[in-house]
Amino acid sequence: MFSNLDLQHLILGRFTLEAIPYHEPILLMTFAGVAVGGIALLSILTYFKVWGYLWTEWFTSVDHKKIGVMYIVLAIVMLLRGFADALMMRTQQSMSFGENQGFLPPHHYDQVFTAHGVIMIFFMAMPFVTGLMNFVVPLQIGARDVAFPFLNNFSFWMTVGGAIITMASLFVGEFARTGWLAFPPLSEAAYSPGVGVDYYIWALQIAGIGTLLSGINLIATIVKMRAPGMTMMKMPVFVWTSLCTNVLIVASFPVLTAVLALLSLDRYVGTNFFTNDLGGNPMMYFNLIWIWGHPEVYILILPAFGVFSEITSTFCGKRLFGYASMVYATVVITILSYLVWLHHFFTMGSGASVNSFFGITTMIISIPTGAKIFNWLFTMYRGRIRFELPMMWVIAFMVTFTIGGMTGVLLAVPPADFMLHNSLFLVAHFHNVIIGGTFFGVMAGTNYWFPKAFGFKLDEFWGKMSFWLWTVGFYFAFMPLYVLGLMGVTRRLSHFDDPSLQPWFIVAAFGALLIAGGIGSFLMQLFVSIKNREKLRDLTGDPWNGRTLEWATSSPPPAYNFAFTPMVHDLDTWTDMKARGYTRPLEGYKPIHMPKNTGAGVILSGISTVIGLALIWYVWWLAALGLVALLVCAIGHTFNYNRDYYISAEDVVHTEAARTKLLAGQV
Amino acid sequence: MVRFVVRVLRAFAVLPLLLLLGGCDWAIISPAGDVAVQQRNLIYASTGLMLLIIVPVILATLIFAWRYRAANTTAKYDPDWHHSTQLEVLIWTAPLLIIIALGALTWISTHVLDPFRALGRIDASHPITRETQPLVVEAVALDWKWLFFYPEQGIATVNELVAPVDQPITFKITSATVMTSFFVPAMAGQIYAMAGMETQLHAVMNKPGTFQGLAAHYTGAGFSHMNFKMHSLAPSDFNAWVEKVRKEGTGLDRATYMNLAKPSEQEPIHYYGWAERGLYQDILNLCAQPGKMCQSEMMMIDANGGGGKNSEANYDRLKYDGAMTEEGHEAPGATFPASGRPPNSNVQPEGMKPRPLSPEVNGQKSQGDDGQGHNMQGMPGMTDGKIAPAQLDKN
Amino acid sequence: MEASNAAAATATSPEELHFYVADEHGHAEGSTMLGFWLYLMSDCLIFAVLFACYGVYGRQFAAGPTPHDLFDLSTVALNTSMLLLSSITYGFAMLAMEDDKVGRTQLWLLVTGLFGAAFVFLEIREFLEFIHDGAGPQRSAFLSSFFTLVGTHGLHVSLGLIWLVTLMVQVGQRGLVPENRRRLMCLSMFWHFLDVVWIGVFSFVYLIPVLR
Repeated sequence: MFSNLDLQHLILGRFTLEAIPYHEPILLMTFAGVAVGGIALLSILTYFKVWGYLWTEWFTSVDHKKIGVMYIVLAIVMLLRGFADALMMRTQQSMSFGENQGFLPPHHYDQVFTAHGVIMIFFMAMPFVTGLMNFVVPLQIGARDVAFPFLNNFSFWMTVGGAIITMASLFVGEFARTGWLAFPPLSEAAYSPGVGVDYYIWALQIAGIGTLLSGINLIATIVKMRAPGMTMMKMPVFVWTSLCTNVLIVASFPVLTAVLALLSLDRYVGTNFFTNDLGGNPMMYFNLIWIWGHPEVYILILPAFGVFSEITSTFCGKRLFGYASMVYATVVITILSYLVWLHHFFTMGSGASVNSFFGITTMIISIPTGAKIFNWLFTMYRGRIRFELPMMWVIAFMVTFTIGGMTGVLLAVPPADFMLHNSLFLVAHFHNVIIGGTFFGVMAGTNYWFPKAFGFKLDEFWGKMSFWLWTVGFYFAFMPLYVLGLMGVTRRLSHFDDPSLQPWFIVAAFGALLIAGGIGSFLMQLFVSIKNREKLRDLTGDPWNGRTLEWATSSPPPAYNFAFTPMVHDLDTWTDMKARGYTRPLEGYKPIHMPKNTGAGVILSGISTVIGLALIWYVWWLAALGLVALLVCAIGHTFNYNRDYYISAEDVVHTEAARTKLLAGQV
Repeated sequence: MVRFVVRVLRAFAVLPLLLLLGGCDWAIISPAGDVAVQQRNLIYASTGLMLLIIVPVILATLIFAWRYRAANTTAKYDPDWHHSTQLEVLIWTAPLLIIIALGALTWISTHVLDPFRALGRIDASHPITRETQPLVVEAVALDWKWLFFYPEQGIATVNELVAPVDQPITFKITSATVMTSFFVPAMAGQIYAMAGMETQLHAVMNKPGTFQGLAAHYTGAGFSHMNFKMHSLAPSDFNAWVEKVRKEGTGLDRATYMNLAKPSEQEPIHYYGWAERGLYQDILNLCAQPGKMCQSEMMMIDANGGGGKNSEANYDRLKYDGAMTEEGHEAPGATFPASGRPPNSNVQPEGMKPRPLSPEVNGQKSQGDDGQGHNMQGMPGMTDGKIAPAQLDKN
Repeated sequence: MEASNAAAATATSPEELHFYVADEHGHAEGSTMLGFWLYLMSDCLIFAVLFACYGVYGRQFAAGPTPHDLFDLSTVALNTSMLLLSSITYGFAMLAMEDDKVGRTQLWLLVTGLFGAAFVFLEIREFLEFIHDGAGPQRSAFLSSFFTLVGTHGLHVSLGLIWLVTLMVQVGQRGLVPENRRRLMCLSMFWHFLDVVWIGVFSFVYLIPVLR
């Protein structure tokens, strides 16, 4: 390509054409699929001339509702990628016995399980819960938007930047082969010299900045922008869990940023933080990453707890049982989640007293969690439960999560953990709580709030298909892993010598296939619902007989959410309003102050992504150029003082009159 | 597809059988060593304690869901009932009581079963007496194999661990490379193996037999085969085995060790009739390679005020990571500056065997002119280039 | 309460209940300050991690140079006084802002910037000296953690300088408009925060190890 090799290194860093995996049939097919699909999508978008619309109405939007929706779209796309990895692992493990080496050689298999973990946590679960919080929280507290609307847009695009970097590793170079937390010394330059770990580092750093900023944003929103009358103890439980989640994000993601920065210094500069030699200490990495990592678990589960609380009380037609203890339980979990990190490495050889301390703090977390389960249980008691889709997910959650909680407490007993650590039992446990808790939660939330976001309900039939396939598939996929763990089978193996294990893996693979059906049904559900949207249309804005403020406005809500800022008198604000004969005001509208859309978020995160890719491939000139560009753009953005506008009173009148007409047509 | 369905159905047909037969093969459920037995019992006890609350909760969930369904208009409906102090007290204290019991159990068992603590008994009925001498085994995790020193016997083995029944064993565990975890599920729980550090495990085997031993913590490309067999023998058989190793085994000196320490997977069993004195200590101190400075010496210098400015010589003597592998755990290459490896290639990482879909192994490709690949011919287990027949795990 | 003219439904509720605020109330006041505080706290955690690393690695010299061999307390004292003085002068800039004196604000900002630049210059000179003496960040875990902690602080100060110059331009262009006041407040918090962190660095990184 270049006659002068030095010149090539200067311009392209360590990138060569060999980095494109054209000799990998699996990757090549995937690439072809993505390319064909992508080109088709781009052509359709171009044909229907929607680029302008997408850019002005969505990409540059600072509207928390649209950003929330975009987060969830990102999560669904990444779910497909992460699940494809899961299917490959299940297939490999179900066939790779004895003479059969399976279809993935170890260094591919190792990338697959690393990518699966990273994608599912950072680019599926995180965007999903962030999307729900973004969409719902301002509506539930009666606000017009979040505290920092531009920052919100920027956060989203940083998350996308991280996802793009992760996806790029599939087709250019490779991903890390270290497991999802990239433990040193394996992730050090001496043992993993390739681009994989660098892809990992920069994807997480860039997405992490987005997550941190969105955490700050939502805390400020919840603390400062609640509707008048909404005291802390009148906030809906979902707002409470969101608040705690975001406190956890702000108080833990900096640790991840710092620890990954130290790892990258080790790899790029040659420092000795986590090396074996010259005074370095890999145990420090374990401690630091789990000081972030354990709160992260609660970052994922707390919003789901909030979703379940909202849904349970709505579909039981009943006030939530024990609101105060629910709130205290959430706060206690938030605090305790910082005191348990060492339970992820009891086996590192800390003394018995240290181990038992962390084991017992871990168990203590199960007390508030148990209290929460009881609260939902007693909300159902003497309720009138409508088994619509969201409620079905709640029941599945309560049963599944309880089992996962039990195995979790079992793993918190250090001597038991010595037996089960690093085993498939552990893998089964955390899937049990992440799927059974977080994922069932976001599915419940999606079914619950979809009509609010788009004005029509999701299709029942495909929703039920998805529900049953997911639930049954989950048990098929993960119960065998508990058994295998008890047989002493460890995780991350790409080949087994003992053929008697095979049937269990085949059952697990069958479960994964059922889950694939569940995901397919979910996509079908979206498709069918969009197709039949007129039939599924909800004009009231309150299809479930909801209890909180988001159901007080139209579906989808207008850009300004509420024509008048609501005043809160009771915890279940909307139920209270309905019960006391609230009528919609029809006049007296005032102009509404709103933030302007801006493309700065897309540009800044685009540049950050380029810098990330340049650093991964050692293209120093591009990284330097990008850094300068980033500074210039960021500073340039601050020179724009013209960031807001007013929605005129006439426009508000117009929007509200249209709704009045619709509501009148309903009756 | 049809074939897959048939296979799945067949698997289902086998399942109940497995549950019956397989029950006794579950390493953690039916262990062979006293420590593992106690750990198993602990798993039972804590599970039992938790089921006290888990079962009622799951049942109540299902019962409430059924009883208070919207269609059942006979059930009581009380939309404003949301507080009951008695119930609140109950839902906080019930889990609390269980956790107090479990916490006490945890505190005691964690101390009794601390892997660093010498055993108090051989099994439930035999306490350790003054005369009981433990067998000392020094285990070293290498890239994708285990090296065991028997200092009292003066021998060493690779990928085979042998111990007499009913004699306490003291494991001293370290790693010469990345972090991993030493685990014989039938004997006792795992403990990490870390370079430059020594962890300990005290255990005993009460039943003769052959058991699976593992690296439980992921170590890179060769991880799947980084396992070994542990044989638990009657004392006389153990002595006979030691004699056999002495007679059949070659010697383990530094040069042999340095060669052994290079990455390799599916390493066959090696016997070393003698091992160089102090080799384990030097491995632990990261100075098995001639010319390297030991960690102990480094700590001494640090404690006495350091080595001063311009001490680059010490730096070179202390640099350890990457000394065993020339290119890391990967196929060598362009991804790291100044090596020539393609960043994403079909080539298997250094030390790995060829795979049907990835026939090439890094290092076997001739790269003689730039001196990149090192000669693998002398490495044990790498000569034939074929996949070793899988060892079937039939006890 | 401004809700006297709210058209809340009164027909069915006997007491005077209002379900909404009739007057449009603006964006929540003070959320920027809160948000910036939260950011500073998160940044503080990054420093906490780096301090913890220095605590763990601070005596891992890898048979190489120690604080005694390297640190020159007089340079550090000079360095520290530069930063402390810059904090005081920033305070004067804020007082001038309170008095609506654009020129005086600019002048004090300039003085602050000069002190800050002197600090960064001295720090870079110290780093280069160490590297010249074979004590670069690669040499030992002690030096890795030293360079990272002090360097991260220096990077923050440098970014603060860029921000400061930007604000000087913006104040020059638009005067002390509310946006600029808010930004000056944020930079003020940032600058004092870096000062506080430096006091920690000065004590734990330089002073205690040398005196020990």
